[in-house]
Amino acid sequence: MNKEKKSLMQSIADGNVLYTLIAIVVGFIVGAILLAVIGISPAAAYGKLFSGALSKPKYIAWSVVYATPLILTGLSVAFSFKTGVFNIGAEGQFVVGSLAASVVGVCVSLPPVLHAIVCALAAMAAGGLWGAVVGLLKVKKGINEVLSYIMFNWIAYYLSNYMVNLPFLENEGNVEATKNIQSTASIVCPEWLTNLTGCAYTNWGIVLAVVVAVIIWVIINKTTLGYQLRAVGFNKNAAEYGGINSNAAFLKAMAISGALSGLGGMVQLCGMSYRISQFAGQEGYGFQGITVALIGSSNPIGCIFAGLFYGVMKYGGTKLTLINAPSEVIDIIMGVIVLFIAVSHVFKTLLTNRKGGKKK
Amino acid sequence: MSTVITNLGLVINAMLLATPPLLFAGLGSCFSERSGVVNIGIEGMMTVGAFTGSVVALYTGNGWFAFLCAGIAGALVAVIHAIACITYGADQTISGTAINFLAPGLAIFICRAMFNNSSDTTPIDTSSKLPKLFEGVFPVGSFGYNVFCTYAAAYLCFILVAVAWFVFYKTRFGMRLRAVGEHPKACDTLGINVHGIRYICVILSGFLAGLGGAYITLATVNQFRPTLIVGQGFIAIAAVIFGKFTPQGTLKGCLIFGLCSGIKTLLSSNSNITVSPNLISMIPYIVTILALIFFVGKSSVPAASGKPYLKEK
Amino acid sequence: MGNEQKTAAVEMKGIVKKFGDFVANDHIDLTVQKGEVHAILGENGAGKSTLMNVLYGLYQPTEGEIFINGQKAVMDGPNKAIELGIGMVHQHFMLVQPFTVVENIVLGTEPTKGLTVDLKSAREKVIELSKRYNMAIDPDAKIEDISVGMQQRVEILKVLYRGADILILDEPTASLTPQEITELIETIGHLTKDGKSVILITHKLKEITSCADKCTIIRAGKYIDTVDVDKVNENELAAMMVGRDVSFTVEKPDKTPGDVVLDVKDLHGNDYRDIEILRGFNIQVRSGEIVGIAGVDGNGQTELVEILTGLKKATSGSVTIHGQDAYNVTPRRAFDLGITSIPADRQKYGLVLDFTIAENMILQNYEKAPFAKGAFLQKGAIDKHAKELIEKFDIRPRGSEQHAAGTLSGGNQQKVIIAREVTNDSDLLIAVNPTRGLDVGAIEFVHKYLVEQRNKGRAVLLVSFELDEIMSLSDRIEVIFEGKITGSVPGKDADEKTLGFMMAGGAQHE
Repeated sequence: MNKEKKSLMQSIADGNVLYTLIAIVVGFIVGAILLAVIGISPAAAYGKLFSGALSKPKYIAWSVVYATPLILTGLSVAFSFKTGVFNIGAEGQFVVGSLAASVVGVCVSLPPVLHAIVCALAAMAAGGLWGAVVGLLKVKKGINEVLSYIMFNWIAYYLSNYMVNLPFLENEGNVEATKNIQSTASIVCPEWLTNLTGCAYTNWGIVLAVVVAVIIWVIINKTTLGYQLRAVGFNKNAAEYGGINSNAAFLKAMAISGALSGLGGMVQLCGMSYRISQFAGQEGYGFQGITVALIGSSNPIGCIFAGLFYGVMKYGGTKLTLINAPSEVIDIIMGVIVLFIAVSHVFKTLLTNRKGGKKK
Repeated sequence: MSTVITNLGLVINAMLLATPPLLFAGLGSCFSERSGVVNIGIEGMMTVGAFTGSVVALYTGNGWFAFLCAGIAGALVAVIHAIACITYGADQTISGTAINFLAPGLAIFICRAMFNNSSDTTPIDTSSKLPKLFEGVFPVGSFGYNVFCTYAAAYLCFILVAVAWFVFYKTRFGMRLRAVGEHPKACDTLGINVHGIRYICVILSGFLAGLGGAYITLATVNQFRPTLIVGQGFIAIAAVIFGKFTPQGTLKGCLIFGLCSGIKTLLSSNSNITVSPNLISMIPYIVTILALIFFVGKSSVPAASGKPYLKEK
Repeated sequence: MGNEQKTAAVEMKGIVKKFGDFVANDHIDLTVQKGEVHAILGENGAGKSTLMNVLYGLYQPTEGEIFINGQKAVMDGPNKAIELGIGMVHQHFMLVQPFTVVENIVLGTEPTKGLTVDLKSAREKVIELSKRYNMAIDPDAKIEDISVGMQQRVEILKVLYRGADILILDEPTASLTPQEITELIETIGHLTKDGKSVILITHKLKEITSCADKCTIIRAGKYIDTVDVDKVNENELAAMMVGRDVSFTVEKPDKTPGDVVLDVKDLHGNDYRDIEILRGFNIQVRSGEIVGIAGVDGNGQTELVEILTGLKKATSGSVTIHGQDAYNVTPRRAFDLGITSIPADRQKYGLVLDFTIAENMILQNYEKAPFAKGAFLQKGAIDKHAKELIEKFDIRPRGSEQHAAGTLSGGNQQKVIIAREVTNDSDLLIAVNPTRGLDVGAIEFVHKYLVEQRNKGRAVLLVSFELDEIMSLSDRIEVIFEGKITGSVPGKDADEKTLGFMMAGGAQHE
């Protein structure tokens, strides 16, 4: 089983760009077929999708705003992959992150910048805790992390819906949402910049996300911590033989991964939404992060581009209603892409075998 | 005293309303999990079932036929999962995640195409819904009415528990499916078709999940909405874990989680009680975590669960 | 027996099986008569299991023909084998743990009654079979609750239930207690009395002399001979198994060993099934000496090394390094105390195949200067270190410090490990099968370095299944059998016959 696991994680880790591109093309083809079936010109729809997301600086700015939290949840999932853990709990960590940020943003009064920083720290702590608890259950009790991550996603979901209605957070207007965060906690750019881009929610989040991606890249590739985590992810036995405590590595990786998703929640809250509304369904930032990590081949820098791609799709998707095309085609395309990347390691082995490569 | 009984009746009524979708899906998950394939795409398969059920009922007016079609639609989605995970050895969690994007997306996509860009289907008439049993036998509002006068499909899902139990523990197929989930290689050396059995189980899980979804649109409510299936698929999975991957255990889990849902419904209609329904909604998930910590040992989880079985050359 | 004119149950002619360039079976012939116990004897890696997998249809032979009961047969899969009455009991049991004994036996050929599995009649049939061959089982117990010996009987019954007339038993005694072995030998007797043929894959001589009629010896993939067991003695068998050609001589200056480095006393430990495998193991290794542990696989060597290196916990006993307690320590602590090892499974433990060679070279030292400064890895120092070692240890291709370790050949992978462990400069070096799967050049290289470590005054504990290797390198040879040291021979005086005999469970002095 170890072999299976390793070959999978390995293939995700170095899944090469070609297969990702093929997956994306297949995703668009499937989407096009479905659009054509319901009588919508795929060319028109895709045209609208991309022009709506990219044809004006304002649109691009919006796409970036949409992309930012996804880059962070993508980084979160990618980071967990490096240690051989599948953080399907990014969704819940994102939710508790934004919840923590909202509590700090609403209830604490601090000067600008500092306030936002404290919000971010609170969000990372909350997300990190949410991930670390699952890590503890895995390490101490041997509970499969995928199961507990899923449970924790839903606990976070209802926790958020519960807290949204608590008197100290609740919006007086009875709109089933929290109060807006104080303006000091906002990370939206100053007015001259938002005027320049034409998008009122242009925020510093993207800068943060890029910086974090670089930091994560450095941690993974340049630090002793990254060495430990990768060693455990690639070959737990050899890592233990080399004196690395794999349990501690799992805990660290799962906590850091959770913190990244939590930070994603903060960026979404302090950069765009300002408040948390009562959920009617899972918002999907964490699950979209899984897609981002897969498209980005779980490379932190790859996650930036994959996140931007998803941002374009998501924002462009909102424009599809203008031509009466169902925006859900985006979900379908993304689902197909994930499915293809998931089976791609098989195609890869097939291909290498045919080339006469040795297979153990 | 009579109010206690009436209230009890109402609680049971609400529980019986919430349990069948979970139970259908949970039994499906049971088949899939026990054969060694993790299926977290249950949620998406339920959504497709819910949509298909409501649409077919709308156009044919036949609740049972719609119910069957919903199962078939869920099964078709499951085929995708089966191909990816069994034939191509894809990671089952990733494939399930993809299904959860793909399936609801597809349902709402088609919904918008059919219903003038609305994500809700047109409500169906009561006559097109699934029929209720024992109507007119008990006076409206009585205990007996609340407990027994429910949809026939609810009775069906309880019967299915017994059928599933029989299949699991008494038939040749059941014995093989349990063995395949534990030690596929041993089965292979004995000439058992590991992939074949897994395909059947995954497709069956999709069929049952589809039925579970359709129960909501054909019984609980009367139309499809995107937010109709929110977590039921995962509660079903939770119930399976809570029930140690057995049909009878799944029944227990679904009844308890259904009860939570029932209590929630009652509370929301009673403004005197201030317990947040959201806290009650958390219970299934917390209970499942606790169950995993305290009594669902590793040995309850099928040994080959989540591991692709690819034959060596 | 006796009906010699009858057609043979199994006839394999000129079987060749190649894996790439490696020839696992090189024109092997095997004839097994009905009612005969036919042992296949050979060292680890001699090609016994490959031959049987060919017979059972798990591998397709590169060349050669197979006849079953006189009929030519193409074994294209286990189903074909089962159909022709061949059953195989694998060394690692193929049993479904939470199922009962009866359920396991009938799985795949379940009798049915209407819709249901007729476990009642199955149970009766199983009990009847077990009585007929005198094999005690508890039909209703779950596999996870029964002994290894009974699990094996279940495996044999599983094969008999399917009507097998030819039974292949692959290392059947590997995990049995002596008493269970006696029972197994009795069972084999009952089977042959009933006309069944039994093919016994083994490297234990005692089993062969106590129950086999014929014995085919295979060495390094080649057919050596087939003998009547009652016409040879254990010594002759041992000689044929091990071979006479000691292929390697290693230059080794005389050296008086120094202080005791490793001292292991009365060590007890369990194997992966939690069955005791080390049963009071004692050993001392001094500085400047190579102590070889000779023994057949599965007598506790793996567990011993895992315990010493911290990968596994012992149940009782004591371990010291230079007098410091090293009993049940973590791998990190073991390393800090001065224990390094060349692990048996280089791909599972020795290397992170996806890491570069440079990264692999610092597996235990990645946090230490000069490879790390604070939290940061120092790429320059790491690469320089790797470059030096690649040069010094002649790892090929040159300049491969940024290549993934998985891209190297087996020999070069092993060189990476040796380079790392030798450079770690510890007091005790444990080498486990350090030359397994390597070519001649690489073997010489490894041997040279091991001797060099000894000459430098390190204590070297060599665990190997290759008797040649043990004999040519060791200053002292300790023989392990069933978790205990059963004999000790100075390296100079060792001869393969005596060692082979002791390894197979014979006493030191007859």
